[in-house]
Amino acid sequence: MRHFSFHTLLLAICCATAPVASYAESKVESQLSSGKALAFSQQKGNCLACHLIAGGESPGNIGPPLISMKLRYPDKQVLRLRIWNAAQFSPNTPMPPFGKHHILTESEIDDVVEFVWSL
Amino acid sequence: MKLILSVALALSFASSTGYASPEEDLAEYRQFFKKRFPNLSQQDYADGVYAINPIARENWEAIEEFPPYELAIEDGEELFNAPFKNGKTYASCFKNGGLKIAQNYPYWDKERQEVVTLALAINECRVSNKEQPLPYKKGDIAAILAFMKDSSRGEKIQRTLTKEQPGAIAAYESGKAFYFKRRGQLNFACAHCHMVYSGSNLRSETLSPTIGHATNWPTYRAKWGEMGTIHRRFQGCNKQVRAKPLKAQSVAYRNLEFFLTYLSNDLEMNAPSSRR
Ligand code: HEC
Ligand code: HEC
Repeated sequence: MRHFSFHTLLLAICCATAPVASYAESKVESQLSSGKALAFSQQKGNCLACHLIAGGESPGNIGPPLISMKLRYPDKQVLRLRIWNAAQFSPNTPMPPFGKHHILTESEIDDVVEFVWSL
Repeated sequence: MKLILSVALALSFASSTGYASPEEDLAEYRQFFKKRFPNLSQQDYADGVYAINPIARENWEAIEEFPPYELAIEDGEELFNAPFKNGKTYASCFKNGGLKIAQNYPYWDKERQEVVTLALAINECRVSNKEQPLPYKKGDIAAILAFMKDSSRGEKIQRTLTKEQPGAIAAYESGKAFYFKRRGQLNFACAHCHMVYSGSNLRSETLSPTIGHATNWPTYRAKWGEMGTIHRRFQGCNKQVRAKPLKAQSVAYRNLEFFLTYLSNDLEMNAPSSRR
């Protein structure tokens, strides 16, 4: 549902004012590439340590592969909460609480969410 | 599903109030690993990750053709036999002249009410002979340990922990609590990596099971390019989750070693060893 409204929103902006649209698009694009770098970096997200992610080398298999995310997380906010503190969803998870423990900043998490949601 | 269930089980276990004796723990953990690694014999666990990752094992076997710890055993023998300034040697401090005794360490010392590891006993021997203690993580102490432990190769770890030894049980429980406690910014417990997810891959590293962790130290690690003690390894695993490592030979690490040694019951010693 959110997925849909996000696009309608983009569309609306896009039709209203062209410069804003390209700004929004390039923001998403830069978030995607920054999110990817954060997810792959051993010092930052290191999501690859546990998850198979398309394009990432020698992934671990402690967590499930990160695929079809939009389908499984139509609400991007739920995905964000999961990355912010996975223990809310599964108390015994080994997944580090990226937001709660300040492993990533809020804006870094936004970027990672954008990237993961694109998978 | 099964996996998630066992996660909850293994980790709630430590915090639940229902008390399990060390013997019951051992039986339960063996059962747990038996399910995860049905093809392993008990002794296979002494090979750590090489018991469960055939490719890593192949590399390891090639390395073991010319064991990188051999030099340490030779150095250790020389150090072990070199007299202190007062003319005595390490042999005077230990039963059986210090040979074939390493399998009995660490042990619970009833008089002192603490766990005594072999590394601690080596330094206490030095100090009682008016020598400076050695640093605990690498270097001479690792060499002396390598020599003493090599003489115990093939000897079995045998421990009993009964109600009649409340202090020993408390030390075991303290080691166990440490093992199951989440720590560090990344918030994992030792048990996450070496129990619940043992056999899974963390990036390209396969995670070895807890049972067997106490048989093979000191070890030559390719990553270190030298020998190191088990407490050095504990520090590395603490740092991995961005937790502050404790001091080598701190009470907590000695209790942890005691706990892991109990879980390696009935395994033959195979120290020193080599690891990636
Ligand atoms: C140490 C291991 C580990 C790391 C590092 C890790 N995860 Fe996870 N993750 C897991 C596990 C295990 C699960 C399975 C469910 C659970 O335990 O929470 C999971 C579940 C997830 C899920 C839900 C997947 C689904 O199928 O519903 C998402 C999304 C996710 N992780 C994203 C990330 C992102 C993004 C990062 C890095 C910023 C990351 N994870 C880092 C272990 C990890
Ligand atoms: C983030 C994952 C992780 C955590 C948490 C972790 N370890 Fe490890 N540990 C590893 C990896 C990876 C290795 C190297 C591969 C292997 O042997 O498992 C290792 C190796 C070891 C070894 C050497 C095994 C051998 O055969 O020589 C010991 C002992 C050990 N860990 C103990 C601990 C203890 C004690 C703790 C908690 C204080 C702990 N680990 C926490 C990942 C972890």
